[in-house]
Amino acid sequence: MSSIFSKRFDTNLRVAAVAVIVTLGGAGAVLGYLLHPKQLDTGYTPMQPVPYSHKLHAGNLGMDCLYCHTTVVKANYAAVPATEVCMNCHVRVREKSPKLQVVRDSYASGQPIPWVKVHRLPDYVYFNHQAHVGSGVSCVSCHGRVDQMVEVRQVQPLSMAWCLECHRNPAANIRPVEYVTKLDWKPEGDPAELGMKLIQAKGIKPPDNCSSCHR
Amino acid sequence: MNELIQLNASSLSGKKYWRSLDQLSNTPQFRQWVEREFQEGASEMLQGGSRRNLLKLMAAGFGLAGLTACRRPVENILPNAKGVEDYIPGRPLHYATVASLGGAATGLIVECNDGRPTKVEGNPRHPYSQGTTSAHVQALVLNLYDPDRMKSVARKGVKSSWDEFGAWWKGEAEKLGDGAGLRILSERTASPAVMAQKAEVLKKYPKTQWVEFDSVSYDEAKLGAQMAFGQALETHYLYDQAEVIFSLDSDFLGLDSPTVQPLKQFSKKRRVSDPKDEMNRLYVAESNFTMTGAMADNRLRVKSTEAGALAMSLAHELNVGNTPFKVLTAVETDKGKKFIAAVAKDLASHKGKSIVVAGPRQPAAVHAVVALINQTLGNVGTTVVYTKPVADVTDSVAAVKQLTAEMQSGAVKTLFVLGGNPVYSMPADLNFAEACKKVGTVVSLTADENETCAASEWQLPEAHVFESWGDARALDGTASIQQPLIEPLYGGKSVLELAAMVAGSDVTKGHDIVKKSWDKVWKLALHDGVVDGTKLAAVDVKTDVAKALAAAQAAMKPAAAMEVVFYASSSTYDGRYANNAWLQEAPDPMTKLVWDNAAMVSPATAKQLGVENGDLLALSSNGKEIQMPAMVLPGHVDNSISVSLGYGRTKCGRVGAQVGHKAESLRTTAGFHSAPVTARKTGEKYQLVTTQEHHTLEEPITGLKRNDIVMEAPIEEYRKEPHMLHEGKHEAEVADLFPGVDYSKGYQWGMSIDLNACVGCNACLLACVSENNIPVVGKDQVRRGREMHWIRMDRYFVGNQDDPQAVMQPMACLQCEKAPCESVCPVAATAHSDEGLNMMAYNRCVGTRYCANNCPYKVRRFNFYNWNKEIPESRKMVFNPDVTVRFRGVMEKCNYCVQRIEEKRTVAKADNRRAIKDGEVMTACQQVCPAEAIVFGNINDLASKVALAKKQPRDYIVVEELNTKPRTTYLAKLRNPNPELA
Repeated sequence: MSSIFSKRFDTNLRVAAVAVIVTLGGAGAVLGYLLHPKQLDTGYTPMQPVPYSHKLHAGNLGMDCLYCHTTVVKANYAAVPATEVCMNCHVRVREKSPKLQVVRDSYASGQPIPWVKVHRLPDYVYFNHQAHVGSGVSCVSCHGRVDQMVEVRQVQPLSMAWCLECHRNPAANIRPVEYVTKLDWKPEGDPAELGMKLIQAKGIKPPDNCSSCHR
Repeated sequence: MNELIQLNASSLSGKKYWRSLDQLSNTPQFRQWVEREFQEGASEMLQGGSRRNLLKLMAAGFGLAGLTACRRPVENILPNAKGVEDYIPGRPLHYATVASLGGAATGLIVECNDGRPTKVEGNPRHPYSQGTTSAHVQALVLNLYDPDRMKSVARKGVKSSWDEFGAWWKGEAEKLGDGAGLRILSERTASPAVMAQKAEVLKKYPKTQWVEFDSVSYDEAKLGAQMAFGQALETHYLYDQAEVIFSLDSDFLGLDSPTVQPLKQFSKKRRVSDPKDEMNRLYVAESNFTMTGAMADNRLRVKSTEAGALAMSLAHELNVGNTPFKVLTAVETDKGKKFIAAVAKDLASHKGKSIVVAGPRQPAAVHAVVALINQTLGNVGTTVVYTKPVADVTDSVAAVKQLTAEMQSGAVKTLFVLGGNPVYSMPADLNFAEACKKVGTVVSLTADENETCAASEWQLPEAHVFESWGDARALDGTASIQQPLIEPLYGGKSVLELAAMVAGSDVTKGHDIVKKSWDKVWKLALHDGVVDGTKLAAVDVKTDVAKALAAAQAAMKPAAAMEVVFYASSSTYDGRYANNAWLQEAPDPMTKLVWDNAAMVSPATAKQLGVENGDLLALSSNGKEIQMPAMVLPGHVDNSISVSLGYGRTKCGRVGAQVGHKAESLRTTAGFHSAPVTARKTGEKYQLVTTQEHHTLEEPITGLKRNDIVMEAPIEEYRKEPHMLHEGKHEAEVADLFPGVDYSKGYQWGMSIDLNACVGCNACLLACVSENNIPVVGKDQVRRGREMHWIRMDRYFVGNQDDPQAVMQPMACLQCEKAPCESVCPVAATAHSDEGLNMMAYNRCVGTRYCANNCPYKVRRFNFYNWNKEIPESRKMVFNPDVTVRFRGVMEKCNYCVQRIEEKRTVAKADNRRAIKDGEVMTACQQVCPAEAIVFGNINDLASKVALAKKQPRDYIVVEELNTKPRTTYLAKLRNPNPELA
C-alpha cells in the first residue's frame, strides 16, 4: 500500500511553517516599522494656504511665539491667531504683497483662512498646552526649532511611547517658565540637572495614568 | 426548586428586597436575567445580515481599501477672521439664563463650548434652583439640537418666510377692528415681558381673549386658596422648617412640583449627619406609588377621588371649624381610621412646625380644606406662606371650554397659538382639532412639526429657550432674564417676539423688548441670573374657617368606584419632551418603564381584571375610550388606574411619534385630573419594556446570599444603636487576591451616596448622559438589556406586594480598589490610577466583555453598535468635547467624571499650584442632585465632606463580603415611622 504522505512531507511541512512564520513576522516587522509614527508622521510638511514663514517672523524678526499663539498659556489648544492679528502689522507692512492676498481677503470677508493642521493627535487624546507650558516645557520639546522652519514640519513622532518617555523622565525638558518660548535657550551646565531642581522646587509630577490623557 | 429561591436580596434585618414581582416569585423569566450576563440574542445584529455576512463584507472592504488609505487626511484649522471677546478656543463659557415650566422659572447656568450650548446646570443664586435642576431641565439642551424641529416658516405646508407672514398679518390686523374675531392661546406664562405684550394686545383689541392653558396644570391650588381666603394665592411650603409633613396625593418631591425647590428644602431635614440629628416625618396618602410615596415614613393607599373625604376626616379630627363629621369612604377601613387619627395627633403636637399639602390633581375644594387645616394648625407664617401668584390665575379648563365653543360657532376669525401643542393636549371632549377647522386662520408658533402645526394655516418655528431673549419670574416673584446662548438655528422667534408682532409694537426684537424693561439692572442681572429685590411679599390671610369649610365640603365630589388619574410623565412631561430620546430612555423612577406609558394598577386590581403586564386594557370614561397596556405596580391603590400623559403623539419627530398610548384621548373637561372609568381586558398583548430586572446584583452560580445591597433602619433604632448596621460583619481581615497598593498619599477620590436623601428623580442619570455623551439605544435594544446609562437607578421594594415600601439606589461604577474587572482584561484597557480611579482606555478595549462578566455590581455597559454613527449633524452639536464619543465594541462605565477632575487640576496648577479644594471638583451627578445626596471628593483629606460622610455609622459598602473595597459607599436609609402605626 502506498503511503498517502511522502517521506519528505514532515520536513517540507516544517520548512513551510518556518517560512510562513518568517515571512509573516518579517512583513509585520516591516509594516510595523513603516507605519510607526516616526516614519509616518515625522517630516509631515503640508502646503499652507498662505506662504507664511515662521523662520522670518519668529527667527529673523524675533517675534515671540506668544504674540500669535496667545491661548497656549490659557487653554488646551495653542490656537492659530485670528486674521486680525496678521493684519495688525500687515495693514502697513507689505500691504500690497500678492502673497498676502488670502489674508486680506479673509479680513475683508470674515471667512477664516483654512490653515492645514500639522501636529495632529488622535481624537481620544486630550493634550493640554496650558499644563505643559505652565510647567516649563518649551515649545521646542515637541515642535522643534520652528524659528528655523520656513514651512512648519513635524519633527517628533508624537506617539504615546514618545509622550511617556518624557512623562517618566521629564528633567531634560523642564526649564524656567520665562524661557519657554526662547527656542534657542540653553542653560549653563546640564539641562537635566537644572530640570531636576525645578521639578523638585515646583513639585512637578507628570502623570502616567490612562485617564490623564484618555477620557 | 432549589436553594436558588433563597437568592433574593435581603438585608441583615431579614427583610426581603425585590425589584419586580417576577423577582419576588422568582419566575424563570427573572432567572434568565440573573444567570445570563448578556441576554439571548444580545450578540446578534440589529437587523438583516448575520455576523458571518458582516465578516465577509469586512474582508472585501479591506481588500478594496488596501493600503491606499494610508495617507493622512488633511485637517484644517479655521480661526476666526476677527477675534471674539472672552472667547478662547476649547475653553467653555458659562451664561446665566432661565427656563420656565408651568408658569414657574428655574434659574440656570449653561455651558457653551465653542458656541454650542452643551450642558445645563442650576444657578446657585436662583432660589428655585440653588445650583441644581430636575431631569427635564437637563434634557433641554437636546431639544435645542432636535433634528426634527420646525426649520422654516410655512403656510399650509408650503415654505414661506417671516416677511411674508409679517405682510399677511399687517393686512389682517387692519381688518380686525376691536378684535372680536381674534383669539390667542398660549401656555401659562410667568414672563413679565410676555404679560406686558398681552396687556398691549388687549388694549389694542379690547374684545380679544387671551387664553392660557397647560396640560399639566397647577390651577386648582390657587382656586382652592380663592375658596378658602377669597383671593387666588400662590401657596409656598417651607419644607425645611417642617417637622411633620402630610402629603395628600401630592408628589411634591417629584413631578408635582414645577421646580426642584421642595426637594431641595425637604432633603435638608433628611441628611442626618449624626445619630442625634432630628429628622422630619413624612406621611403620604396617595393612589399611585410616587417618588414621594417611596420616601414616606408612613404611607396610606387611598384613591385620588377619595382624598377629599380623607381631608375632611382629618379636618374633623383636628376640629377645624367645628364641622360635623361625616363618615366617608376613605377612612372606613381600620387602617384608614388609625392612619388619620395618628396623623392628626402628630400634626396637632407640631403646631406651627407641620405642613399639609394636597396634590395638583385634587380639586380646589380639597386645597381649600388643606389650607384651612394649615390655618388651624398655626402653620401660616411659619411653614406655609402665601403670596400673590406670578402668573394668571383664571381657570384654564373653563377658559379653553369657552374658547372652543366660540371657535365652533365660527365667531373666531383668527387664532394665534403661541407655543404648546393644544391640538394634542386639549381635553378630548372639546374636539379642538375640529374646532380649528371652523376658524378663519390658525397661526401656530411651535417648536416642532406637531399636531397643532399640522392643523394650522401659518406654521411658524418657535425659538428654543437657549436661542431667545426673554424674562421669567420664579414662584416667589424673583425675576430673571432669559439670555440666549446661540443664534436661532432655524430662524425661529420666541413667544415674546410674536406677541409683540401681534400687538403691533414698534420694537419686536426680543433683546430690545427685554432690555427696555430691565435697563437699570441689565448687566448685573445678566451676570447673576436674578434681579435683586423682585421677591414678592407674603400676604396675610384671614377667613371664617367654619364657613369656608362648609363651602368646600359642599363642593366635594363623590368618589368613583373605579377611577382613572392623569399624571405628568417622568419622561415626556405633557408630551413636550416626546421627541427627546434622553428622556424617553430614562426609566420611570417607580415603574422602570422605558419608551412607553401604561395603565398602572395594583396587584389586586390586576387580578380582578384578569390582566398582567402588557395586557391591553380598554378604558372608557365620560364617553371616551382608549386602549392602554396594563402594568402591575406594587403599592398602587386598588380600583384605581394611573396613566401618564404625553405619549401616543401622532405628528412628532422620528423619536416620539407613535410611542406609547395617548391618555389625553380619555381626558375630558369634567374629568381633567381624574374621572370614573370602566376597564376591560381586550385580550390583546403589547410589549412593555422595563429595566427593573436588568443588571441585578444576585449571584448567579454559587448561590451565595447577597446581603447588604440596600440597608435601612428606623431612626429610633439607629439612635439607640448607631453601629447596628455593621453587626455580624466579618471582623477578621479577608485574604486579598490582589497585591496591596498604597493609597495613603495624594488625592484619593471617593463618593458617598445618601440613600436617606435620594428620591430617585433621575436628574443624576440625565446629567450623566449629557456630560458623558452616553448614547441612546431605543426600546428594542433596552429589551435586550443593552441600555447604556452609566448610572443605574435601582428601585427596591420591601414588604408585601400589595403595600410595600420602596428604596431608591443610584448605582454607577463603585471604583473598587480591588477591582475584579481589571484583573480579567486581556489588554489592560481598564486599569487603576494612583488616585484610586478605575480607568477605561476606550481605544485599547477590544470588547471581550470579560470585565462586565466579572463585575459584581453590573455597572459596565457595552457598545453593541456604533450608536453614534448615523446620528444627524445637528444632534452631534450636543456632545461634550471633553469626553470621547465611544465606538462599537467598546466597554464603558462611570469614571467619576475624570474630565472634570483633570480640568480642575489644571486650574489648580495655573493658580500657583495650590491643591484642589474640597468641593471644587463636582461630578455631574453630584452637581445636579437636588437632594444633595451625592458627595464626592478626596478621602485622604479628613476634613472633606466625603471623608466626614464616610465616617458616619450608617456608611456601608454594597456587598462588603466581596472585599472589592469600593470607593463609592452608601449611607443607609432611615425611616421615621409613627410608632402608633407600627
